[in-house]
Amino acid sequence: MIDPSCILMVWLRDIIRYFRERSQFYGSLVRPILWLFILGMGLRGSYAGRLGPDPQTSYTQFIFPGIVAMTAIFTSIQSAISIIWDREFGFLKEILVAPVPRTSIAIGKGLAGTTLSLIQGVIIIALAPLVHVRIPLLNIPLLILVLAVLSFALTGIGIIIAARMTSFQGFGTIMNFVIMPMWFLSGALFPLQNLPWWLNLLVRANPLTYGVDLVRRLVLGFSFQAPALNVSFLLIFSTLATGLAVYFFNRGEY
Amino acid sequence: MDSAIVVEQLTRSFKTLVAVDHISFAVNSAEIFGFLGPNGAGKTTTVRMLCTLIRPSSGNARVAGYDISREQNQVRRSIGIIFQEPSLDDRLTAIENLRFHGLIYHVPSQELNRRIQEGLEWMELSDRARELVRNFSGGMKRRLEICRGLLHSPRVLFLDEPTLGLDPQTRARIWERLLELRRERGTTLFLTTHYMDEAEYCDRIAIIDHGRIIALDTPAALKARLQGDIIRLRTADNSKAAAEIASRYGIQPAVESGIIHFQISSGAEFVPKLLHELSVPVISVTVQPPTLDDVFLNLTGREIRDESASARDRLRSTIRQMGRAGR
Repeated sequence: MIDPSCILMVWLRDIIRYFRERSQFYGSLVRPILWLFILGMGLRGSYAGRLGPDPQTSYTQFIFPGIVAMTAIFTSIQSAISIIWDREFGFLKEILVAPVPRTSIAIGKGLAGTTLSLIQGVIIIALAPLVHVRIPLLNIPLLILVLAVLSFALTGIGIIIAARMTSFQGFGTIMNFVIMPMWFLSGALFPLQNLPWWLNLLVRANPLTYGVDLVRRLVLGFSFQAPALNVSFLLIFSTLATGLAVYFFNRGEY
Repeated sequence: MDSAIVVEQLTRSFKTLVAVDHISFAVNSAEIFGFLGPNGAGKTTTVRMLCTLIRPSSGNARVAGYDISREQNQVRRSIGIIFQEPSLDDRLTAIENLRFHGLIYHVPSQELNRRIQEGLEWMELSDRARELVRNFSGGMKRRLEICRGLLHSPRVLFLDEPTLGLDPQTRARIWERLLELRRERGTTLFLTTHYMDEAEYCDRIAIIDHGRIIALDTPAALKARLQGDIIRLRTADNSKAAAEIASRYGIQPAVESGIIHFQISSGAEFVPKLLHELSVPVISVTVQPPTLDDVFLNLTGREIRDESASARDRLRSTIRQMGRAGR
């Protein structure tokens, strides 16, 4: 099941490609910065004092954990979706006919998505002082750990989608029906209080919500749900996503 | 072991379509074996089954002595594959593509470096080793793929339309290398093609149409099955000559646009006799041995054409262009 050189190959290939493609690298940084500085600054005045236990919390500060989570979700799913490209451009066959277990290919892909997501996550975390977010230093390793688990699970979601999708025509569809809803419904942009019942339901059903809330706890020092609940949900979610990703990837015919 | 590939009643259906229909054949070690047929005949599906990419619906096959359904990993270790579609990562350099291949096939790193150097030289790509594959021409990509497919010293090399879309010079160059490979390493080559001239390189050919093998023999034997060579001649008086040929040799020649033509076995021996015996003066004469095209036409009543392929390839390349732009 575990073939270290196969995992290394799949992982290294994605990393090399990522750093070679500068526009992709910068593009992935522009999005969070736009949200954080434009949207965050723009809405700051409207939400003063209603965003958490501390009335001093500004909207920019409030969405900071959400932006970190956004980076994770976009990067990890996008990274896994590259399987569709590999299938369309033939490279996937080269890996699939090699004498390596498919589980190792999926793990390599998961680790690559996690790595890329962490690289970007760390860059965004480094921007924290600019929006007056002070993350306790001791929380940073924990934060990276949470992001890693979250990204690995999200890459798993991406692999499931990629294994089920037959063409890359649907990339826009994935963006509209998976990535955006997941992020909007994660409590990244608004507090999880006083929501209409249906919205509340959707938000609580979204596994990402628990990840975002956990990140918020580590970054801003408060969360809407008990950390233990968040941690257990995150762990269940990642185990499930990883398991299903491996299952679907093994089952697919290419 | 004598047989590199043994196929028994292999079948694969996709929903209602039976792409490969109970085919059986065997390929000898160090043989060059060709699958000849039009697009959609089931060639690629057969290769994909033999390479363990898809599972057979029924029937079975052994490649390099291993069962394709139960010993997939052993099969994979023993084979190299050149796919019809390019399967290189074009955002990586040539040498990166090769290194990654060596990594997943567990070639020890010192040995790998040696083989990469050798392979690149052999395929005349040494000076481009560190260039991104996206800047390579179609022929260079193909050569690199062959080089990659051989890095782990497979016993059987599968080539699915290995020279599709390449210019004649590049094709000849690639074939020179493939023949050398068989001669020097005893590698078994299994290829699919719809190029007749490419089929001529094979020791044996299986002609496949609608998922079934309709003939299997050496190219020479397949051609010998036809009634014979085609003779075309122009004479001073075509109708008189035609009547004379009919009465003297019992052949019914056809006359079309000033040319008499008919088929006869051993045409080259027949012509001197004809020239000697015919009373009408002959202006010109040609003898054309049958081609594999004629064999296919004779067996199926159709010609192998590649128009559908080019239309599909065009579409695919358009999609790729779109894809590149959006990537």
